[in-house]
Amino acid sequence: MSQHNPVKLWRFHGGVHPPERKELANSTAIRSLPLPTVLYIPLRQHIGVSGNVCVKPGDRVLRGQALTEPGVYGGLPVHAPTSGIVGEVIEHPSNHPSQLPEPVLPISPDGQHEAMSFQALTDAMSLSPLKLIQHLHNSGVAGLGGAGFPTAQKLSQARNIELLIINGVECEPYIVSDDRLMREHAEGIIRGVTLLQHILQHEQQQPEAIIAVEDNKPEAISALRAALGETHSNIRVQVIPTLYPSGGEKQLIQILTGKQVPVRGYPADIGILMQNVGTAFAIAAAVDKGEPFMERVVTLTGEAFQQPGTAWVLLGTPIQHLLECGELNPSEQQRIIVGGPMMGYTVADPLTPIIKTTNCILAPTAVELPAAENESPCIRCGMCEQVCPASLLPQQLQWLAKAKDHEGLAKHNLADCIECGACAYVCPSEIPLVHYYRKAKAEMREERIEQQKSEIARLRFEARQERLEREKIERQERHKKAAEAREKALAAREKQAASDDTTPAADKGASDPIKAALARAKAKRALQQEQQQEAQQPAPAATDIDPQKARVAAAIARAKAKREAMAAEASNAAKTEQPGDNNES
Amino acid sequence: MSFYIASSPHSHQRRTTHDIMRLVLLAMVPGVIAQLYFFGWGVLFQLTLAISVALLAESAALLLRDRPIKPALHDYSVVVTAALLAISIPPLAPWWVVLVGTLFAVLVVKHMFGGIGQNIFNPAMAAYVMLLISFPVQMTAWMPPAIEGYTAPGFMDSLWLFLTTFTTEGYSLEQVRLVELSGSFDAMVMATPLDYIKTELSQGYTLSETLQSQLFSVFAGAGWQWVNFAYLAGGIFLLQQRIITWHIPAALLTTLGLFAIIGTLAAPDTLPGFNIHLLSGGAMLAAFFIATDPVSAATSNKGKVLYAALIGALIYIIRTWGGYPDAVAFAVLLANLCVPVIDQYTRPSTYGHGGAA
Repeated sequence: MSQHNPVKLWRFHGGVHPPERKELANSTAIRSLPLPTVLYIPLRQHIGVSGNVCVKPGDRVLRGQALTEPGVYGGLPVHAPTSGIVGEVIEHPSNHPSQLPEPVLPISPDGQHEAMSFQALTDAMSLSPLKLIQHLHNSGVAGLGGAGFPTAQKLSQARNIELLIINGVECEPYIVSDDRLMREHAEGIIRGVTLLQHILQHEQQQPEAIIAVEDNKPEAISALRAALGETHSNIRVQVIPTLYPSGGEKQLIQILTGKQVPVRGYPADIGILMQNVGTAFAIAAAVDKGEPFMERVVTLTGEAFQQPGTAWVLLGTPIQHLLECGELNPSEQQRIIVGGPMMGYTVADPLTPIIKTTNCILAPTAVELPAAENESPCIRCGMCEQVCPASLLPQQLQWLAKAKDHEGLAKHNLADCIECGACAYVCPSEIPLVHYYRKAKAEMREERIEQQKSEIARLRFEARQERLEREKIERQERHKKAAEAREKALAAREKQAASDDTTPAADKGASDPIKAALARAKAKRALQQEQQQEAQQPAPAATDIDPQKARVAAAIARAKAKREAMAAEASNAAKTEQPGDNNES
Repeated sequence: MSFYIASSPHSHQRRTTHDIMRLVLLAMVPGVIAQLYFFGWGVLFQLTLAISVALLAESAALLLRDRPIKPALHDYSVVVTAALLAISIPPLAPWWVVLVGTLFAVLVVKHMFGGIGQNIFNPAMAAYVMLLISFPVQMTAWMPPAIEGYTAPGFMDSLWLFLTTFTTEGYSLEQVRLVELSGSFDAMVMATPLDYIKTELSQGYTLSETLQSQLFSVFAGAGWQWVNFAYLAGGIFLLQQRIITWHIPAALLTTLGLFAIIGTLAAPDTLPGFNIHLLSGGAMLAAFFIATDPVSAATSNKGKVLYAALIGALIYIIRTWGGYPDAVAFAVLLANLCVPVIDQYTRPSTYGHGGAA
């Protein structure tokens, strides 16, 4: 481990240097907070299906006790972060920009913080990766850096990983949760990294690991290096220049490897897996102590807090509790931002719970982060393009978004926008660019869903049209056949009549009543035959012709036969001299 | 209790259009001072009238278009337009020239296309071209720079020339020139250095003979070179302040310079060198202040390089083979026309789409 490794670093396009403001909260140790009076545990704290609740209202649960069963496909279980009484499942505002209500399980802490006995995995390095992954799943470990993707799922889907990147960049201004964690728990993080390397090994080969940290966190860097010592040859701490958004997954991969994650692909496609330092720490705790994931480091910062800093916060803690602990001095139009000033979202409801991905509660004063001013017209200055880390054309996207030109937006790769906010940060016209992109993305999503719906409707309509058309043709075909049969019968009768004229006169007279009877019988037989034929005929296309139509056709045939029989009789009656024999039908 | 809702990012770099335009104006100060020194008070009158008319015209246009007036005036963009036009016009041109030009720039070129951010042509340059082809006499009446043997008309004379086209003693500009310059200057002095070269060459003189004139000094056109250096200094300030990027000035000056070097190597006696091209006309003003107008320029870095190189090439081509001695305005307008095509074909490759490795 050399301190000055001459490793080549790459640059991603663009980036900005917003005021870092890390000093507000990074100088004090991670605090422990008093227990809140109530916890709202969202049943879905992650991507994936929530499991079934396995406790009843009124139950007393212990710290670490599972509240839901592990669901299928990434459905992580959630655990009680403290001992207390479980309430009824209620709908509660979600910790999401939309604040849409979602089911939560309230817990009233009993103040004893009594934990169940945890089952640590001893000698984890000799266990199979599969077993460890299963354990992480049951422990509810999720990615703490970004979207909260279930760690077990990410690990089990990874194949042939050659490089493990541990993201300690924390490029977002103000936030110091990872910084403090690295300073105070470097050993735990490195233990987590070694566990990850063990899980990700393939063909007896462990992937190389890089812990990336921005150069504005010298204490964290030296803490990690000290913890690393000389013992881990395949883990390296890599210092990268401070530049927002270096901590973005795609950007960090480019900085460290010079490679770009292919569009619509995953880092695993180029043999890379990335985990946040917090996740690495949680993995170590889950394996070595058997502790499920119940709490995380949250930064309380912004000048509206009188006691800013970092704290271990139980999942489900209402934001209100943190505001009290940080001694918030709220102003009029106080904004409470979940996350940092670049990508964080405001929440309106102070009872919104802390979830696995909540790394910061930022309460700025109107002076330090002034509210947005009215946007003025774009002057095409192109600064947005200079700073875009995805090499997009934010200015063109803005025109297209305002014009609702969804085709154009797709062509200009709006989907590749990571919503980092660099463009809106530099825009001299103060255009809320990211806001327009988000809106356009949502509209395009809606449009896609609508398109799919209308596509299904169109297919159904076309199938119906086709069926109706086919039935019509078949009907016409039948009518034509029937008409032909009629004409043939008529022709035959005329012919018969003509030939009858030439029959010897000897038969005349004697045959009259008998022949009429015979003709009737024959007509009846013919009718029966026809009915049988009708019954057999539709068989090959049974699904298409409904029985009603067959009956109608049969009735028509019957009527026809009857009419023919009657005609025969009538002709017999009229021409007694002649045998009305028209049996040849 | 409910908190206030806002959209990210919540952090914003506090440099608005207003700040940018103010810095551009500030960067023009050295060049304007140099022009004042070499060409007299006229520059100041042109600037004053142009800016006043521009502000009034902008207000009127916004009023007619039912748009808020105050924020638009506050962004200073119309002041920059007016200033660029004013410093491009011969300093002693009569008042109505700059008046007509400013009205055209603001009302027709800017607001008829939709106001700030929407104009496809650089308003100052479009107005300049309009004036040049409408009033060629007034628009080419450049007095020689204040160098030894000649001083620019005084404040009152300049003001009178500007307002009435006669000095306080009743001389016209032509007469002033003849009286003032009798014996001390060549006959063809009511011209810019580039104009002079063009005329002399057309009369059969060689380039080296032409450059013997007092109109030329150490590097290029006497006086003019210092004006160009002053705009270069202002441009470097803009670069340092990150108001503009290096792409447009570098590409424009490099292309123009390269063309000039190749030209001199091919025909040393008829085609002037890069020093003349870069320092005797409006090259520096064009490279740092005019071509960099973001509204009418190309968007991406690659596009900017292409756009500026096109301007550089067109300046050289028009100066050398065209009918006009200087060509900045024509070159810029022609390049403005190409911007949509340039933008179409210079889109950067988005992350992950297989562009950069």
